[in-house]
Amino acid sequence: MTDAAAPVVAVVVFPGSNDDRDAQLALERLGARAPRIWHTDDAIPAQTAAVVLPGGFSYGDYLRCGAIARFSPIMRAVTRFAANGGLVLGICNGFQVLTEARLLPGALRPNASLSFVCRDVQLEVTRTDSAFTSRCDAGARLTIPVKHGDGCWFVDDEALGELDEAGQLLLRYADGANPNGSVGAVAGVCNADGNVFGLMPHPEHAVDPLLGSTDGALLLGSLVDAARLSIAALV
Amino acid sequence: MLVRPKPGILDPQGQAVETSLRHLGFGVDDVRVGRLVDLDVATDDPDEARAQLDRMCQQLLTNPLIESYEVVLAQEAAAV
Repeated sequence: MTDAAAPVVAVVVFPGSNDDRDAQLALERLGARAPRIWHTDDAIPAQTAAVVLPGGFSYGDYLRCGAIARFSPIMRAVTRFAANGGLVLGICNGFQVLTEARLLPGALRPNASLSFVCRDVQLEVTRTDSAFTSRCDAGARLTIPVKHGDGCWFVDDEALGELDEAGQLLLRYADGANPNGSVGAVAGVCNADGNVFGLMPHPEHAVDPLLGSTDGALLLGSLVDAARLSIAALV
Repeated sequence: MLVRPKPGILDPQGQAVETSLRHLGFGVDDVRVGRLVDLDVATDDPDEARAQLDRMCQQLLTNPLIESYEVVLAQEAAAV
């Protein structure tokens, strides 16, 4: 029996993932069950309503960030899960993996500054009718930390215009807050169907006042809500 | 395989190297930093080798959105 009140949001663990436990803790505090699943698994557990690819340095980030993780058995399962409409969230390295897997548009390059950035950034939410931003107020400004060396998201101008038009650029760095040189100051982008989303900032590190901000809970809470709804729809 | 950032792609590494070279007194422009992948292919047939290398580049060694590549066969290079 599926418990819609506590949806299962599975957190993938690659060798080199290091934010999986923070993601798990944050999701559990938001009312989800959040089992961690291993990169060699070739299926997403039954009853899973959403999958999170956490931050870290999967497979050492050799070659390009996310390029090797993309070929892991779990990513074949994640790709099928996403194709069937399953909710997938990629945070930082998880975002890089999703772009390498072509589940999200664009590519993540070394920061324009060539420096690793680790600080809070201000984000603007461009729409609140998505599975990942529904708890945010329209026009909300969020404070969430980034910590990455390869966060410079790139698409060409034409693709940027199309994605903007289609409403897929869910999060942007606020004016003057772009930490990495991403085109269009884009911090997070979703796929055309709206069920796969990736972002460089770390919402799982901003879920407790002790950490300086609870704004990350708005994004992860939105995902938990959407996961709950997707299960309710199946019951 | 020579892998290069595509034209128009910001290459901060190339820019940093260019700045350093200028500090050393070299008159250089448009420095781009890519990647060299050296490997042995288990075939003596140049066409087969080239086909395999193309597939390697397309599947793993490059991200076609941001990188271009050039295949140089050592056998051919030696013959030149």
